[in-house]
Amino acid sequence: MMLLRAYLPILILLALLAAIPLVVTSNTALNFVVFVLIITLAAQGWNLLGGVGGQFSFGHAAFFGTGAYVSAILQYSYGVNAWAALGAGILSGAALGWIIGFLSFRAGLRGSYFALVTLAFAEVLRILANALPITGGAAGMLLKLNIGFGNLQFTSRGAFLWLALGFVAAGLLISRAIADSRFGAQLVAVRENEDAARALGVDVLAVKLKAITVSGALTAAAGCLYLQYFLYLDATIAYGVWISVEVLLAAMVGGRGLVLGPLVGAFTLHGVGDLTKQVAGGIPGIDLAVYGAVLILVVAFAPGGVLGLIHRLLSGLTRPRPAKEAQ
Amino acid sequence: MLEVKDITMRFGGLVAVGGASISVPQGSIVGLIGPNGAGKTTLFTVIAGFQKPTAGKVCFEGEDITAQPAHVRARLGIARTFQIVQPFAGLNVRENIAVGAYLRHARRADAYALADAVGHRLGLGADLDKPASSLTVAGRKRLELARALATAPKLLLLDEVLAGLNPSEIRDIIPVIHAIRDEGVTILMIEHVMQAVMNLCAHVHVLAQGQMIAQGTPQAVCADPQVIEAYLGKGAAARIQAQGAAHA
Repeated sequence: MMLLRAYLPILILLALLAAIPLVVTSNTALNFVVFVLIITLAAQGWNLLGGVGGQFSFGHAAFFGTGAYVSAILQYSYGVNAWAALGAGILSGAALGWIIGFLSFRAGLRGSYFALVTLAFAEVLRILANALPITGGAAGMLLKLNIGFGNLQFTSRGAFLWLALGFVAAGLLISRAIADSRFGAQLVAVRENEDAARALGVDVLAVKLKAITVSGALTAAAGCLYLQYFLYLDATIAYGVWISVEVLLAAMVGGRGLVLGPLVGAFTLHGVGDLTKQVAGGIPGIDLAVYGAVLILVVAFAPGGVLGLIHRLLSGLTRPRPAKEAQ
Repeated sequence: MLEVKDITMRFGGLVAVGGASISVPQGSIVGLIGPNGAGKTTLFTVIAGFQKPTAGKVCFEGEDITAQPAHVRARLGIARTFQIVQPFAGLNVRENIAVGAYLRHARRADAYALADAVGHRLGLGADLDKPASSLTVAGRKRLELARALATAPKLLLLDEVLAGLNPSEIRDIIPVIHAIRDEGVTILMIEHVMQAVMNLCAHVHVLAQGQMIAQGTPQAVCADPQVIEAYLGKGAAARIQAQGAAHA
């Protein structure tokens, strides 16, 4: 019963998203959904570390870009199969997560210091990727168009949407499982109060390392998907500040630390952004201005994000009943 | 059970604790008292593993644990509460206690069942679904105790769990502490509320300015001139004695 209640909203949302290619034929619309799903996946990674664990990263581009580059280089320079390259990309994200975590958490970095260090890692990687020959330097890398399931390239955008949705679904299930586990409880405890967690036997360093490793893997997977969809990569795309900001915004706007937060946040943010672009199409960068405005509104009026707001409204409507939905 | 040997804790030029030793036998309630700033809490943080002592040893059940970090000591069976309560403010009471329960229970259902049981036992039954931040001071003190108990400790370090409570709340909680001891948990407590110390502790250590100045039964310690001087100032013991003689 409790299991059903926890997983039901996830299943409904996934079913709705999976039905999109069956009813929508517009390429623009499908492009939009695929892109937002990729952002969602990357944001799920951020949300685990930043939302659940309270370790604010400002450099998740490091994982996104590393996943994408590892996958691209393996395919481009070594002719590795795309699926295997995808797996390697995800693993590289996990490994990088562990390394960054080991270096910064062991040194006791928290809060804005941790955020700055992650930003520095992403920037160093961006500069390296822009200069090294193996990443194609500033010219970037263009993957050969070679459509086929084995190459992770599809003619139909709908098929890719399902692939991306599969990853997002996996991300949701992982997040849900973590939220209900001992590891999840300890991660939240670390976010709320490290000393108290330590006193209760929580190995704070180990918990943080586990979180940043899984987080890096999820965000790296998003980088790999981005590569397979657009088949092009350069340093500004892979390691640019844009993706670090995107994932952070999506998780915060949706509802920091909540399982569905990144999904809801990414669609809200990009929905609003795209709508503004349609309405005020002539003004360049108007969607970015809207992002900023949305973030300010969320921080000021809905610290729990869109989901927190919905929850508040719902519990306001059903106030007379005794509050029993605390799970 | 717990042997603290010649602990010295130095912060720069300040000696917070100088060569303090305590021995806590299995199944007892030992009190640690002393004026403000004596170094009691510092000694606690050293025992719980939050700070490495400058010198000295901490032994638990015969093993030297001086080098073990706090979370390992918790696993060994040492639980502490904080003088300044440290609830997980964003979580509800049940979830707060469950973090402690997870130490010995990997499954969510087990941890939550234990959390409920401990919560009820400490009189937090009605508050289990409330956010920890909504509790009163007395409630938060109980929550500190509940979380520590949920880790199933062998040794409980209580840092002023009664401070800030009113007399009736203190009367309520003293039997709870007695019951915990009767279940086989050894307790070392820092306490200012002398009524509680007299009531609970068989043995008391007195720390003043980082030095152990006296130990013994609560009655003996309270009559110790050195202890009286530590609390009331130099010469106070003689004055009190003179007054006592005059009255007699």
